[in-house]
Amino acid sequence: MEIEEIDPVTGRKTTGHEWNGIKELDTPVPRGVLMFLVATHLFALLWWILLPTWPLGSTYTKGLLDIDQRKTVEEKMVAATAARSDWMTAIETKSFDEISADEQLMKTVRETGHQLFGDNCAACHGSDGKGRSNYPDLTDQDWLWGGGPEKIAETLTVGINSRHSESRIAQMPSFGRDEMLDRTQVRQVATYVHSLTNPETSTPDNVELVKAGQEVFLTTCAACHGEDAKGNQEVGAPNLTDNYWVYGGDLQTIIASIHGGRQGHMPTWDERLSKADIKILALYVDSLGRENP
Amino acid sequence: MVKQLTSGERQFAAVILVVLAVLGIAMAAAGRADPLGVHGLIVLLYSGALLYVVLSSFYEREPDLSLRTRYYDDPIKVGIALTMAWAVFGMFIGVWVAAQLAWPNLAFDAAWSSFGRLRPAHTTGVIFGFGGNALIATSFHVVQRTSRARLAGQISPWFVLFGFNLFCILAVTGYFMGLTQSKEYAEPEWYADLWLVVVWVVYFILYIRTLARRREPHIYVANWYYLAFILVVAMLHIVNNIAVPVSLGHAKSYTVWAGVQDAMVQWWYGHNAVAFFLTAGFLAMLYYYLPIRAGRPIFSYRLSILSFWGITFFYMWAGSHHLHYTALPHWVQNLGMTFSIMLLVPSWASAGNALLTLNGAWHKVRDDATLRFIMVAVIFYGLSTFEGSFMAIRPVNSLSHYTDWTVGHVHAGALGWVAMITFGSLYTLVPTLWKRERMYSAMLVEVHFWLALAGTLIYVFAMWNSGIIQGLMWRTYTQEDTLAYSFLDSLVAMYPYYIARAFGGLLFLLGAIVASYNIWMTVRYSPEALTDRAPAGPDQGPLPENVTAPAE
Repeated sequence: MEIEEIDPVTGRKTTGHEWNGIKELDTPVPRGVLMFLVATHLFALLWWILLPTWPLGSTYTKGLLDIDQRKTVEEKMVAATAARSDWMTAIETKSFDEISADEQLMKTVRETGHQLFGDNCAACHGSDGKGRSNYPDLTDQDWLWGGGPEKIAETLTVGINSRHSESRIAQMPSFGRDEMLDRTQVRQVATYVHSLTNPETSTPDNVELVKAGQEVFLTTCAACHGEDAKGNQEVGAPNLTDNYWVYGGDLQTIIASIHGGRQGHMPTWDERLSKADIKILALYVDSLGRENP
Repeated sequence: MVKQLTSGERQFAAVILVVLAVLGIAMAAAGRADPLGVHGLIVLLYSGALLYVVLSSFYEREPDLSLRTRYYDDPIKVGIALTMAWAVFGMFIGVWVAAQLAWPNLAFDAAWSSFGRLRPAHTTGVIFGFGGNALIATSFHVVQRTSRARLAGQISPWFVLFGFNLFCILAVTGYFMGLTQSKEYAEPEWYADLWLVVVWVVYFILYIRTLARRREPHIYVANWYYLAFILVVAMLHIVNNIAVPVSLGHAKSYTVWAGVQDAMVQWWYGHNAVAFFLTAGFLAMLYYYLPIRAGRPIFSYRLSILSFWGITFFYMWAGSHHLHYTALPHWVQNLGMTFSIMLLVPSWASAGNALLTLNGAWHKVRDDATLRFIMVAVIFYGLSTFEGSFMAIRPVNSLSHYTDWTVGHVHAGALGWVAMITFGSLYTLVPTLWKRERMYSAMLVEVHFWLALAGTLIYVFAMWNSGIIQGLMWRTYTQEDTLAYSFLDSLVAMYPYYIARAFGGLLFLLGAIVASYNIWMTVRYSPEALTDRAPAGPDQGPLPENVTAPAE
């Protein structure tokens, strides 16, 4: 039943077929489509002539422009390194004091440091460096291993409890779990430590408990945290008398710290970041605390 | 369902289901505590449930075989129900996972609901669950109508439909348990992949045999596209999923492809899944439901030929544009890029052919939300194929790659094209299939249209903005030639767009829910009394008898 008809709307002939009511017009392919087809093919042809495109057994057509992405990347890396070399050399060679005194260099440090910190440090310490539970605040001027660019750079390089051969080692033993202290002693010393930053909790009711805690502290904890409990940056022992806490300063968390111990982990950045990057970060982190007293 | 089958066919169906149940028991036994064991139980339950359906009507009266001169529509009806169920599921997961990007706590600290597991559940749910069921259901309808032939099988259409859905269930439940091959859009593990091969071969044979039975001299365009979809998806699926399982008792497998070859095979698969699953199959829908709904002849048969062969040929080469600026050799990237640009012409030729078909029916586009769904789908098809070719150009890709622009592009295609053409087709198909004069509520179709359009536009504009901002932030340098922003800065900048995207997706989901309700009410209840309305009309009665023998 091939009956060719004329479609009244377009005036075109149909192909003469019909499928469940569907017909097709025999309209020729519009010229615009053909020209567009030619144009895209010409573009492709040009691209093939100029750039690497077609495989030829074990090699491929190289193209007249002799461009290859690997070479392009290498050239760009060289150019970028060259463009950075002025200030990069200055940072590599100058001392921290010299850099800090150089306003122009410090501007570079702050800009570059922002991106380095965001991509490497912010996951734990937060994009503003204020840390969060279990991760130290870097803006509070309270340092476990000492502040200042030199100390910070050292911490960045070797890490804490990291796999670096010269890693800083910080071990808060698990006094409760390993039965160095019994439950009563843990509670006593925790109450004492808690009272250092919360003097109002030291009341006539529990003065006995605090006193007993202080004795435990002097025999067990003072070796690292000091008799005055102000800590020791040589061994990374935190000051327990200020109100800056990594794991939390409420009584319950203090008990948990004494019972189960704490072995925080700061990775070594020695292999991942360049010496200059570490210097920039050290200065940047140092400046965070100064800007937010 | 079962009442349409003869007792011999019922027995055959029961045998298949018993074999499947035994397979499930074997998987459960071999897998034990492994996720494979859980999947064995799921296979057992699935086949058991179907077996119950078969056995409960096992001794019913045999069907009147003279009715077998009519079209076989039961599998299509079930297919439409499954399509809508998967649409709501897949889009719900999509909204959830989008909200997680703005508010990560919505993962509720559980492993199964983490972003990495929900995301493939969303993509599989919408692409394979919603899209796949829609393609199977409409292909069963279109091939019968345009061939004037009944489906060439009583059991095989059911096998294809339920087999495919079993694959989707294994896929999604696997993701929740943490199973994945880590290949995008090919995440399901080896046993699910093997099962899909069986299902797909049956689908192919069924389709070819139905076409061979046709009583039309020529094969209509829509069937070219459905056939390309079935054939090429089989090829892609098999090649990309060749893998060696750790053991027959484990769900885990390792792909045979390695390194950059693996990446290339994956994106040859991934890109052609877009081409032959999400484009060819849905173009088939367009070629049938558009002229039916508009009541207009296709604008140009010659343009149909040009676009069909252009699309099937050029798409095959274009996959490497997903790997610009990677370890893939430069020449492979350039080859993919140039073919992507040449691909634009046949893509636009299809879109143009469809829009020009509407000449003489534009007043219907204005009044009929169903036809408007189809028209808008064509526009989004044209838009996203242009965008695809544009993003395949290497320097453009250096800005867009790895950003939300890609996500926006995919959703312009998925929401604007794939889902809209499906809804337009379903609103045309459902009243015909259930012998209703029209949908239960034309108003709700209108509401759905505007929800879908608003949702798509909000989504796509949010992702365009966010993607371009991301791309620019990642390549902004300071005066000192170092990066100006950290990755984290770009994430913070995305926040408002992520909220907008989740909202756009929510509107689209609401639209799908409205559609499900409307379809349900159309099936259950018709405004007119149905008593005297005989199933007349050329579409419903016995197959027309004035037969022309196939020409080829």
